[in-house]
Amino acid sequence: MTGQTKTVAVLRYRPEQDEAPVWQEYQVPYGDDTSVLAALNYIKDELDGTLSFRWSCRQAICGSCGMMIGGKPQLACKAFLRDYPERVTVEALAHFPIERDLVVVMDGFIDKLQKVKPYLIPREMRALEDGEYLQTPEEMDLYAQFAGCINCGLCYAACPQVGLNPDFLGPGAIALLHRYNLDSRDGGQAERMEMINAELGVFNCTAVGYCSEVCPKMVDPANAVNVNKMNSARDYFFRFLRPAPKQGGCR
Amino acid sequence: MSDQLKRSNEPVFWLLFGAGGMLAALIGAALVFVLVFAVPLGLMPEAALSYGAARAFAQHWLAKAFLFVVVSLFFWHAVHRIFHSLHDIGVHAGRGARVLVYGSALAGTVAAAFALALIGG
Amino acid sequence: MSKRRPYVRPMDGWFKRDPFFIEYMAHEGTAVFVWLFALEMLAGLFALAAGEAAWGGFTAFLASVPGLLLNGLILVMLLYHGVSWFLIMPRTLPPVRVGGRKVPGSTISAVGLAAMLVASFAVVGFFCLLANGGQG
Repeated sequence: MTGQTKTVAVLRYRPEQDEAPVWQEYQVPYGDDTSVLAALNYIKDELDGTLSFRWSCRQAICGSCGMMIGGKPQLACKAFLRDYPERVTVEALAHFPIERDLVVVMDGFIDKLQKVKPYLIPREMRALEDGEYLQTPEEMDLYAQFAGCINCGLCYAACPQVGLNPDFLGPGAIALLHRYNLDSRDGGQAERMEMINAELGVFNCTAVGYCSEVCPKMVDPANAVNVNKMNSARDYFFRFLRPAPKQGGCR
Repeated sequence: MSDQLKRSNEPVFWLLFGAGGMLAALIGAALVFVLVFAVPLGLMPEAALSYGAARAFAQHWLAKAFLFVVVSLFFWHAVHRIFHSLHDIGVHAGRGARVLVYGSALAGTVAAAFALALIGG
Repeated sequence: MSKRRPYVRPMDGWFKRDPFFIEYMAHEGTAVFVWLFALEMLAGLFALAAGEAAWGGFTAFLASVPGLLLNGLILVMLLYHGVSWFLIMPRTLPPVRVGGRKVPGSTISAVGLAAMLVASFAVVGFFCLLANGGQG
């Protein structure tokens, strides 16, 4: 700490006392290495113990501390006070309901995540004695970038279509859906297609592209969504030409 | 949420939007230039836009096909994007507006075919 | 009893919140000018079908000051549409692989913009040759 302080403006919301969120300013001492998360912890420890926010790892891998910093979706542990000349505004992630202060309600997102079946649905069942499901580096390379998602929700806060239609599956869930569809060991694409094709599916996207800009893990959810528009269109027009899928069992 | 699991019909309109958008991106500006600015800038003689020359051009079947594709796809591209922009600015149009908006592109398509047929071959 | 009362923030004016959204709305807005040009061409086709006088009226409008101003704006907006279309293309196109390596987004955009340039010159060149050739 160098003795300098900076103004951190936080959008507070305490449901038991605030009708609507209100801004509250704090003066926080900072140095070159003071992250916004460190500033929030300083506020909670030294200035105002009532401030609520989520955090855990402090190193951009747990995905807990997503919030609007200077109006942009960022991880608080990966944003620094030094980058904001006068003051910095901190607000709960956009397009999510605010539970309290900087804590948002993630239930809708978790629900969508479960719906896309983000786990391997084996193409062929193997008995334990058959050994592992093998995969070449080239096969892994196809989906590896989408596997980087940490479910932080920044892409949802960047997507106006999520804000306008909260039922839209959204960039993160579709990126994870795509990650499993691209996996050579997976055979679950047909099961996941219903979500892609549905009215809550990929066609809510208008290719704003901001989701991919804000992702802290360099995932490209916009691409996952848009590639699946083409997949959905193919499914739409050629569904009658395919033999009906066998009931039960794995493909 | 579950009632929204019904299949979206967007692929039809999205493909027309995409095709029109690609065509407009590649040659839209060039077409405006040819039609409006090539003669004043002296790149084409004034006679190029004369009634006889234009009619002779539009009577060729290849030109007819080209003009039909350009006019209709530009309509489909534009109405789809405008419809979504209305949603973006908070005008959440219902089924009626959807029919009206895409119906206008269909009307433009039919009108283009009709006009090209009137021009004859 | 639960004190939970999740607060949903309004979406009014969301497109003014971030420069990224402002640019998005601007390039979406080019659709209005694509629509105007389609309408103008349709009017031209009907004028051509109606006869020499109607076609003369149509070309006189194109050459008039309001016609030139309007079409100048359409031209600029169609150029902007083309450029923004190819700049977003790395996000919308399935990943392209050459020799097992993923082609970077900037290359995809560059190829798209080059295609736009080539196609535009081809169209202008074709019509100029047609017009000048026709006149001997």
